[in-house]
Amino acid sequence: MEKLYTITALSENEVGLLNQISIIFTRRKLNIESLSVSASAINGVHKFVITTVCDEAMAIKVVNQIEKRIDVIRAFYYAEEDIVYQEVALYKVSTPALLEAGDLERLVRKYNARILEMHPVYTIIEKTGHTEETQSLFQDLDKYGVLQFVKSGRVSITKSTIEHVDKYLESQEQRRIELEEK
Amino acid sequence: MAKEKLTGSEILIKSLLAEGVDTVFGYPGGAITPVFDCMYDYQDELKHILVRHEQGATHAAQGYARVSGKTGVVIVTSGPGATNTITGIADAMMDSTPMVVIAGQMPSSMLGTDAFQETDVVGITLPITKWSYQIRRAEDVAWAVARAFYIASTGRPGPVMLDFAKNAQTEVAEFEYKKCNYIRSYNPYPNINEESVRKAAEMINAAKKPLLLVGQGVTLGGAEQEIIELMEKADIPAATTLLGLSSIPSSHPLNMGMLGMHGNVAPNVMTNECDLLIAVGMRFDDRVTAVLDSYAKQAKKIHFDIDPSEFNKNVAVDLSVLGNSKESIAAVTALVEKRENKEWLQMFDRPKAEEKSKVIDVEVAPESGPLKMGEVVSRVSKYTNDNAVVVTDVGQNQMMGVRYSKYSQPRSVITSGGLGTMGFGLPAAVGAKFGAPARTVCLFVGDGGLQMTLQELGTIKAYGVNVKIILLTNTVLGMVRQWQELFFEKRFSETNLSNPDFVALAAAYGIKGRRIEKREELDEAIEEMLQHDGSYLLEAVVAKEEMVFPMTPTGKSVNYVMLNRDEIYKL
Repeated sequence: MEKLYTITALSENEVGLLNQISIIFTRRKLNIESLSVSASAINGVHKFVITTVCDEAMAIKVVNQIEKRIDVIRAFYYAEEDIVYQEVALYKVSTPALLEAGDLERLVRKYNARILEMHPVYTIIEKTGHTEETQSLFQDLDKYGVLQFVKSGRVSITKSTIEHVDKYLESQEQRRIELEEK
Repeated sequence: MAKEKLTGSEILIKSLLAEGVDTVFGYPGGAITPVFDCMYDYQDELKHILVRHEQGATHAAQGYARVSGKTGVVIVTSGPGATNTITGIADAMMDSTPMVVIAGQMPSSMLGTDAFQETDVVGITLPITKWSYQIRRAEDVAWAVARAFYIASTGRPGPVMLDFAKNAQTEVAEFEYKKCNYIRSYNPYPNINEESVRKAAEMINAAKKPLLLVGQGVTLGGAEQEIIELMEKADIPAATTLLGLSSIPSSHPLNMGMLGMHGNVAPNVMTNECDLLIAVGMRFDDRVTAVLDSYAKQAKKIHFDIDPSEFNKNVAVDLSVLGNSKESIAAVTALVEKRENKEWLQMFDRPKAEEKSKVIDVEVAPESGPLKMGEVVSRVSKYTNDNAVVVTDVGQNQMMGVRYSKYSQPRSVITSGGLGTMGFGLPAAVGAKFGAPARTVCLFVGDGGLQMTLQELGTIKAYGVNVKIILLTNTVLGMVRQWQELFFEKRFSETNLSNPDFVALAAAYGIKGRRIEKREELDEAIEEMLQHDGSYLLEAVVAKEEMVFPMTPTGKSVNYVMLNRDEIYKL
């Protein structure tokens, strides 16, 4: 069954990794719904978070292919229930239109959004949450005309009680020490 | 005391020597000239083979690697030099061949300016290499070379591209070589899981009709002996893939032959009769499985491989065993019971006998009519005592070449499997001879494929390479023509060739040659070829109507086998 999967990859800091990872999706005609790349908790290790719609067998294949790249440390796939995730959305709306409607305070409270900047001409609002929430706020604001809208890729953290990457790195470190002793 | 500083070019050469490289295939050009200049000082230690086209350098390096087990090395210039290596790199990736390609590149300061002979080599090669890296500083050369050889040769081997910026070739750095044996994000020596080994042995012990599928992973893991021990202990019939062919001797009674579209009838048919498939170092390629929906559905399946991404990629398996085949197969063999599978083995007799009488005898021992490809191949195999390194091009010559050759030792088949590269044969044969100078190298090639990389006759001439070229001339692109006849209503679109005089062409390169059309000439011509001290081109003229059988057409099941134009094997 096809559904949204979150695929994460942890990699060494090498040039061209984004390209290496993205071509794995291209080759299988998978659309990348969102993408974010950032530092991870491990020094020097980068974390890719990619969402895509596919079935589980495909998610496994993609993860295997990503992991096959030399500079990728580990890759994983998750269903929605396995992770805690967020995305950030920014909205630019006409200030006079908002004030005229008199709806601003209600919307900010309802969505737990924040006003980042209020200018006589425009207002910039920030909302952090799931796609449904950021999309819903967009629709409410769009009644007054959204001038610009931008959304980050998903960032996610697993609910697992085991940190698999740490375990992998520990076993590799053990291997390195053994090799050095030889 | 400060270490002596060397140029990046010299560091490259010294690093190659430190990796045990003694032969490289290449072609000079502007952006790699400093490296070639440096090579001039190291001629005694590092032999450079100047090919006639960069594609030839890659196929030669593949032939060299496949026959010797060592990593093939290619050195070319930037731009067109690098792009000409693409086909060989893609081929090496598909066929898991260890190869390091070093290409010149514009100086770092000029990168991205569309400078003369600049191309984004790393970008182009990313999808077809195990690793692709741009060296921009002389300090990084030794590190990158060490890493390249480690990556290319370990785990599931494959090609590596080093894009070597010209400034890094001329700038200086301290040189100290440290072989790479560890990369944090890469583990080519996964521990064999004891639990899965135990399960595999249980499944084998429980099976009544086991079938072993032997791929190139057995050769790459050096597990030839281990696989035979498993076969013999548990009395398991084995079938090989195209690239796995020579890992078990042809004469072994449990060797049931080759799998695939033009493989042997028995192993293909029995794939859908067995109760356990044991796949080792193979990747369930579509040419092996035919239609997946009806592939071995009745059987349980175990997959041994060193590349976890192969598990459940094409065929879902019941058990996967990750690791080096030499270790995992030995571990499983220790736990399997000694047994005999007489009844199961007897089931192979009928398809085997039918293939012999309806396909093989017709091909190998015709009494009249034009020369046949299989006849030529089997006679060459006989006169070389099944000991030659068999190199093929792609097409009918390939299928006939591998089907009718027999193998007595490992690393004896060099052919383009996954990519199916026409033009692979001639340069691969050249490389194979450099990789195994003591062995007889026989190339089976068609008149189409030979003309794709014909210029390498120049390399043969220049170095006096001794390869026996058996040219099967049918004046058509035979395999495509076969499909046109069978599936495209005999509309022979663009498959006719108008050929040069190949013997005269060979003579122009100082290569002795002979053209034969008659059966009576065959034995004598082969003997003459093999006795000749040097390269030889034997052109055997065969009928353009000839087809390769057996054949499982695209879209049919693995047990649907055409024995000839009119007859399907009755299950």
